[in-house]
Amino acid sequence: MDRVYILIMGFLSVVIVNNFVFTKFLGTCPYLGVSGRLDTAFGMGLAVTFVTAMSGILTWLIDFYVLVPLGLEITRYICYIVVIAGAVQLVEMYVKKFFPSLNKSFGIFLPLISTNCVILGLCLFINIWGTDNLLEVAVLSTGTGFGFAVAICIMAAIRENLILADVPDSFKGAPITLITAGLLTLAFMGFTGMIR
Amino acid sequence: MADENSVKINYLAALTAGLWRENPTFRLLIGMCPPLAVTTAVKPALTMGLSVIFVLVCSNLAISLMRNLLKPHLRIIMFTLSIATFVTICDLYLRAFQPVMSEILGAYVPLIIVNCIIIFRAEACASKNNVWVSILDGIGSGTGFTIALCIIAGIREILASGTIFGIAVMPRGFVPWAAMQMPVGAFVTLGLLLGLASLLTTKRKS
Repeated sequence: MDRVYILIMGFLSVVIVNNFVFTKFLGTCPYLGVSGRLDTAFGMGLAVTFVTAMSGILTWLIDFYVLVPLGLEITRYICYIVVIAGAVQLVEMYVKKFFPSLNKSFGIFLPLISTNCVILGLCLFINIWGTDNLLEVAVLSTGTGFGFAVAICIMAAIRENLILADVPDSFKGAPITLITAGLLTLAFMGFTGMIR
Repeated sequence: MADENSVKINYLAALTAGLWRENPTFRLLIGMCPPLAVTTAVKPALTMGLSVIFVLVCSNLAISLMRNLLKPHLRIIMFTLSIATFVTICDLYLRAFQPVMSEILGAYVPLIIVNCIIIFRAEACASKNNVWVSILDGIGSGTGFTIALCIIAGIREILASGTIFGIAVMPRGFVPWAAMQMPVGAFVTLGLLLGLASLLTTKRKS
């Protein structure tokens, strides 16, 4: 029962309290770039969730069973980036084959998932947190991806309404989006400290 | 003679492009994580900027040297691998000689690997131009990025704690703005600066 409690708390922690976008600024590029429309943002969120979950688990396995026993920690970053690039390639092929319209609306941002900071950031933070069992890693990775999806969907919904607002000319586009993001983090700051 | 001149202009353009016209942070809006994450004080921001310049110059150099051997579908993977190598060097150097900064920057140093600026410069410049242009382009973009980081960090440090480089600059009665230290300060500062930047560009055009 204790194990399950820890897992649920860990999941809520990375989704709400320690959301990577709001507290660590990871994944800000797609967060600002792809959040123009809700359906694209949702698709992007799902793709990122899948890639994070997969690469989080894979990099942890590689780290735990290959790199540390062989003393090859120095090549850690290179291994991580290869795993992530592979996972993204897989998603790209899948989306291209089954959702051609979604593929078109993603454009350049789909291959750029591999340079999405959330994913590499998660792999590094799992390493820093020193998580030592596979189940926890799986829950945390999925939760992080899910947190990103939540953040980008909220942002997209706000921006769809923002189109109707009367914004000063020089603030149209990115500046007002950033300020909105700031207010959003302020709202999410209310959760600080609820879970470690 | 004319040819030599145009080559010189080309080099100069490569060096100055990153400073304002193609400034990664204010104009192109790429690589937005570090300007938000490491700008609570000027010193870590400067360290971050210098690391990025180092990685950018080295990876531009390496990619420019192997640009004729690259196959299109393996391009991105070669870019990321060479970038990851230089970031590892940089990370180990910081850990050995700047342990305090390394502690503060934490995971954001390895995250330079996925910084869009570096991969973008590799794709847009280094894979098409010769070694010298690529190096100058790396220095220019890196400097533009560092300046942007330092501006944001300067504003945030002055307002959040009344200091700059750890030296007090504000008058004694100054009340620190705690919000500037937090994520919201980063987003709002950058948003206002971007608004200012686009205001300046539209004014210059008209």
